[in-house]
Amino acid sequence: MPIVIFQLPDGTERKVTAESGTALMQAAVSNGVDGIVAECGGNASCATCHVYVDEQHTALVGPPNGVEEEMLDFTAAERRATSRLSCQVRLSDALDGLVVHVPEEQV
Amino acid sequence: MTSAAGVVVVGGGQAGYSVVSALRGAGYDGPVTVFADERHLPYQRPPLSKQAHTEPDGTRVELVPESFYRERAIGLRLGERVTALDTAARTVVTGTGTRVPYDHLVLATGARNRRLPVPGAGLDGVHALRSLDDALAIGRALTTARDVVVVGGGFIGLELAQVAVAGGARVTVLELAGRLLSRAVSPQLQEHLRQRHEHSGVRILTGTGVRAVEGAGRVERVVTDRGVLPADLVVYGIGAAPRDELARDAGLAVDDGVIVDEHLRSVTDPRISAVGDCARHPHPHAAGLVRLESVQNATDQGALVGRRIAGSAAPYRSLPWFWSDQGAVKLQIAGLRTDTDEVRVVPGDSPDRLAAYAFRGDRLVAAETLNWPAEHLAARRLLERQVPVSAGDLTGSTLGALARARRGAGVRA
Repeated sequence: MPIVIFQLPDGTERKVTAESGTALMQAAVSNGVDGIVAECGGNASCATCHVYVDEQHTALVGPPNGVEEEMLDFTAAERRATSRLSCQVRLSDALDGLVVHVPEEQV
Repeated sequence: MTSAAGVVVVGGGQAGYSVVSALRGAGYDGPVTVFADERHLPYQRPPLSKQAHTEPDGTRVELVPESFYRERAIGLRLGERVTALDTAARTVVTGTGTRVPYDHLVLATGARNRRLPVPGAGLDGVHALRSLDDALAIGRALTTARDVVVVGGGFIGLELAQVAVAGGARVTVLELAGRLLSRAVSPQLQEHLRQRHEHSGVRILTGTGVRAVEGAGRVERVVTDRGVLPADLVVYGIGAAPRDELARDAGLAVDDGVIVDEHLRSVTDPRISAVGDCARHPHPHAAGLVRLESVQNATDQGALVGRRIAGSAAPYRSLPWFWSDQGAVKLQIAGLRTDTDEVRVVPGDSPDRLAAYAFRGDRLVAAETLNWPAEHLAARRLLERQVPVSAGDLTGSTLGALARARRGAGVRA
């Protein structure tokens, strides 16, 4: 049961307990984390679940996959080297303590 | 901002959820009550037609868990139907006779499926899909079905056809019109999609009407204009009509949907708003009033009304967009492709990708893409920001390239 910390644009943070095997996006939505919209429900169709992975964890989380890689060029908030679509990040115990930053805008 | 009666939302789908989520998100602190006639927590409908559902619990499709509503003091009245509006007294009346007052009323009642108007449509094994319970019934039937007949070559029918064929059934799609998705996508894409479906093993019969469904208690065959098909499961998706009867019975202006202004207020009573499938509204991208059935429309309209009631009004201008997953094909549409003059089809950068750009005059108004989400997103960014794109701009280029160039030039695209 990894714990994930969402750093919100207003400076606050939300710490949520997620289930291994679920998507990072689902952990956010299920816990009502503001700023993760996920309009398409996790189908890599909309790019409204954009997050910045904290730099201490980018290597562990890994790079975006092919389709995600292209879509990140068109997120509402600026793309950074640490950008991922949270619907494409699968949580595991290895990611316990993961810190991600939620961008200002998603749509 | 706070008042005694607060906000009542009729409807617990994507639109109703979006209203209450935005209300609390924008700091509204008055009473908020949602009436939903289904007993499930508000859930996502798109997945229902895109995979087989057999588990009775809805947690995989719930929008948010029950705690979301509890923590935000949102009253969820599940399984409780509103049967009348008393607009003079500003109250809603439920099926049990309970009267609940409101300062603002939001109708998010959605749409209902058109019934299959043929003899035998009530037999066991004949299903339409709208609710999670419908999806579970279809999912259970699919575990044993061998011959599946899908009536209606629209989005729901084609998505379900792919789910059924992936499960090993023989699948035939019957479409009364001469083409699949005849009003929904460009003719060039209709033909392309037909080939993709046929290639995956789905039999497509266009120009074919259903005369009857027959069987002893449960479906055994479907009688069509062109012969009889064996069937142990019939699924139909032949369109939907807005659930606007509460508004109509209360004397609000209704014409295939509740008629609202650019702020999504009833043109008859400004204390009542309508959002999602049940609303007919003006839109900057359309000549007249439109009624759209999509998640985007439900989400954005609900959020707009929630924010307005919380104190921040803005006209509704969101760019319409849509998607449909049909087996290995992900179709996405950005913009409204009504009244278009020209469609140009462009192959993508891999064989399974395709884009159809639709122009009104010489200006891009919509883009349909297959398996090309980045191009879809680029279309949305350009259309949302009203960047003029001509057919000439797309000669030897893509929307993705144009959008990247704008970004690279320091312009937010």
